[in-house]
Amino acid sequence: MEEDALNQSTAAEADISLHMLSESPSGSVVIYVVPESSTVLPEGVSVYVGQRRTALLRAGGQMRVAVALKEVLASLETWIKQVLQVMSFSHGDITAALSDRVRPGDRSREGLADSMRAFKSSPGYEITFSLLNPDPTSHLLHWDVEAAISSYIQPLLSKMAPVANFSIDSQILYYAVLGVNPRYDPTLNAYTLNADSLSHVINPVEARLGSSAASSNPVLNFLLYVPDSRHSPLHITDHRRHTVPSNAFSSPRWGGIMVYNVNASGTELPVDVHIDMRRVMGVFLPQLRLMLGVQSAAPPPGFLIGPCGNAGLADWELDRLMWTRSVENVATATTTITSLAQLLDQIGNIVINDNIAEQVSSAVASLQLAVGQLEVGNLGLAMQYSKEAILQSERAFFDPSLLHLLYFPDDQKFAIYIPLFLPMCVPILLSLLKMASEVRQRPGQGQAKKD
Amino acid sequence: MAAFRSNIFMLAFFLCGFSVFVTGDFQEELVIKPLHSGDIYASFQFRTQWDTDFLLGISHYRLFPKSLGQVISKFSVRELHISFTQGYWRTMQWGQPFLPSPPGAELWVWFQDTVTDVDLAWKELTNVLSGIFCASLNFIDSTNTVQPSASFKPLGVGNVTDQRFLRYAVLPREIVCTENLTPWKKLLPCGSKAGLAVLMKSEKLFHSSFHSQALHIRPVCKDWQCKSTSWELRQTLNVVFDLHTSGQGKREWSLFKMFSRTLTEACPLASSSKVYVDITDNPQGELFELSPATPLVSQAVVLGDGRTYSVYDLTDHATFGQTHSLNVLLRWRAAEREMLRPLLHGERYVAGYGLQTGEIHTLVYNNHPYRAFPVLLLDTVPWYLRLYIHTLTVTSKGRDNKPSYIHYQPSKDRLQPHLLEMLIQLPPNSVTEVTVQFERALLKWTEYTPDPNHGFYVGSSVISALVPSVVAMDTNNTQERPLFSSFFPCKEESTYFMRIYTEPLLVNLPTPDFSMPYNVICLTCTVVAVGYGSLYNLLTRTFQVEEPSQGLAKRLANIIRRLRGVPLLT
Repeated sequence: MEEDALNQSTAAEADISLHMLSESPSGSVVIYVVPESSTVLPEGVSVYVGQRRTALLRAGGQMRVAVALKEVLASLETWIKQVLQVMSFSHGDITAALSDRVRPGDRSREGLADSMRAFKSSPGYEITFSLLNPDPTSHLLHWDVEAAISSYIQPLLSKMAPVANFSIDSQILYYAVLGVNPRYDPTLNAYTLNADSLSHVINPVEARLGSSAASSNPVLNFLLYVPDSRHSPLHITDHRRHTVPSNAFSSPRWGGIMVYNVNASGTELPVDVHIDMRRVMGVFLPQLRLMLGVQSAAPPPGFLIGPCGNAGLADWELDRLMWTRSVENVATATTTITSLAQLLDQIGNIVINDNIAEQVSSAVASLQLAVGQLEVGNLGLAMQYSKEAILQSERAFFDPSLLHLLYFPDDQKFAIYIPLFLPMCVPILLSLLKMASEVRQRPGQGQAKKD
Repeated sequence: MAAFRSNIFMLAFFLCGFSVFVTGDFQEELVIKPLHSGDIYASFQFRTQWDTDFLLGISHYRLFPKSLGQVISKFSVRELHISFTQGYWRTMQWGQPFLPSPPGAELWVWFQDTVTDVDLAWKELTNVLSGIFCASLNFIDSTNTVQPSASFKPLGVGNVTDQRFLRYAVLPREIVCTENLTPWKKLLPCGSKAGLAVLMKSEKLFHSSFHSQALHIRPVCKDWQCKSTSWELRQTLNVVFDLHTSGQGKREWSLFKMFSRTLTEACPLASSSKVYVDITDNPQGELFELSPATPLVSQAVVLGDGRTYSVYDLTDHATFGQTHSLNVLLRWRAAEREMLRPLLHGERYVAGYGLQTGEIHTLVYNNHPYRAFPVLLLDTVPWYLRLYIHTLTVTSKGRDNKPSYIHYQPSKDRLQPHLLEMLIQLPPNSVTEVTVQFERALLKWTEYTPDPNHGFYVGSSVISALVPSVVAMDTNNTQERPLFSSFFPCKEESTYFMRIYTEPLLVNLPTPDFSMPYNVICLTCTVVAVGYGSLYNLLTRTFQVEEPSQGLAKRLANIIRRLRGVPLLT
């Protein structure tokens, strides 16, 4: 049956038919080694990475029939290592996940950029899409964001449900202007925003975005800006003065902004504009993937990565995300509990209630379970235990009862007791001194008397 | 039993259908009313209506602010009313306000009946609201929250009247300033960039006798058949400018003089944007002159009286004239006539002497010449003024007036305040006095505020009444009505609903002397040291024989002899 599947004409179809045969468990990678003569892989491609957890590897020319398994594996070793680096996590991924606790010199430059771009692991995220209309008198904007979200964004988030909870909002803001005045470029016959000035764009807008009033989860903001007729059309240029084709940029750990140019045809104000949500979501979806931690490094030569499927996320990418997030959660929970212990060492005054002690011990138990599940490879359970560990450790560390007797300085105790005991001690000390001098004199007198 | 229950239901507000809003979801209006004392009263109202069900997971906002939508859906709020007021509304000089509010901050919320733990939801809601409005609403806790049984019935559509889901709290000490105005303005769809909100400049608004900003969220009927409901958000701002501080003593008011801005355009998102000027006392223009002239005149029945208004429609470009700006100017020609006394009026004060006991007196005036009507009086007194309810007396015209309904909830120390609700029938043309004696409590030493403080505030009493009206009220809501006349729902033609607030009280509590711990330590240590030291010395002293020393005169003589070099005396 697998032979039939592998005899399909293209790799994509082979991939699909292999899926119908068996479902590989989470955290695993299945590599099918096809002979060199097989036509399922196109020319020049040695490895095809599918959208689920399988890969098709073309055997090298030195394969002979009736060779021992050990030699077969030895010859494929480098290829298999590369496949695992692409499909599963690598040393670089783990150090990126532990980026706060690892020295900066140990990381590669790309790993550094990726880890700084993605949000830190959190049990939930809020995603907000905002449409900015700086001039409602000239443009009347219509966007069908509800349908766009349910068809483009929701499948991705449903697939990522084991990683975190997501809640989505959208809003339209009027009279919202960007913080930078775009300059007119006669060569392009358009207004331009340079990449250097992009960091100043967000500030005045952020005050109006209304970051979530009702929850403490981190917020991802995606802004769609329609420039007013005086600054139309507006393009974003990079450092080399070339216009960016998607006309969008993203800010690490904050969100993305896209500029949507409108042809202001028609003399009757306001102009009715229907926004093409497909183009917009085509820009926001990759930004969302990057910000949630799905890395997209360039594959090594000879690799072909298959399309992602409806959800926009391949299974092996999800597995890799779960590995790195679980490790990050375990590290964060460990750091929190260790800080609590160090705090207790330094300040002896803190009162630890029984419920906090229970939280700490259950956090430690969850951590041990999570690490155990990671060793075995059960990603779902490991993720769950690590999330519980984080929740309990944070609850124990930030409990308000810890602060109750924190400020009870020692000098106040001295100030109360010294005025009472010091005057009492003075006559005692004096008489002690007198007694000591008498005792010293008495042996002398005893001697004198004896004589 | 049945009689006063029916009285209560008379005062309970069932909603009649609201008018059909054919065009759009956002309306704004400004009402300018010159007052008899020379001051001028401006009232802004912004109304956003939205057909949605907040209980779904994803919400997509257009005109409704996202932060309030998230609050409503997370805490399952059915109605929310919050107001921030600086100053006290002087009913005898200014008449009745369109939307009354007590000094300080007031918050009352009706939760949906699906909420299981209302106290927890209330606590989280007050904290979230204090973040949204930059106010210190987090001081609202169980010591100043009550559940009124009859006074604050829902103003929106719906039939949940179980008071377990109602919470009411007032912070009389809350100060209102620009930091509260800015987030309030941010909730408007056009912000403060277009429409009537450009007039809200904080330098002028806070330089006034009375300033109140409020926010009301409630479900309303979508049309007069009331088959489905939609959410209504009303933001109101009432301000009274004083003749002498803002007006420089001249009886001439204009938009520029009041707000230091003029109007240039309507908010493009608004379906209607109007300015109303009250010209009821000025039918032929003999009292004051209004410019620019406008042909639109509208009649409305508001606060039981039929009033006439000149209307400026800002969505019509012709209103702005050649200069592209609108500055409404009122210039007085003749002196004012006397003002009609308002029908219902309340006062409150503390009587008594010393720091142990006192008496709270509440006076309610019914100035109608021949009609009697009932009022609901709600009193919330903090726990540290211990009321003696057996001394509660209600007298009208010198005779005892027994209330037909009393609901009293005693206080618990540091847990909940006193709640007193009474339904009193006011005889015509009379003063009703409600007195109750109290005793001041001694607080724990950490509960006292730092030394330079005013004292302790007691929140205003709330008097709710259905007052007989001079003109037949309009219960038919199928046509458009201005926003200021459609806030309180009406059921009957002959009465209209009114709520007035009395002054807040300021009481001093007996304060102990906080230097006593220091005094005690010094005294005790001195006594112990001296007493113990002497006793110890007595017990442990050893006596030795010593030569008697010379007398003082001989010693002085020896000193002089030593100096002279002469041999010493023995």
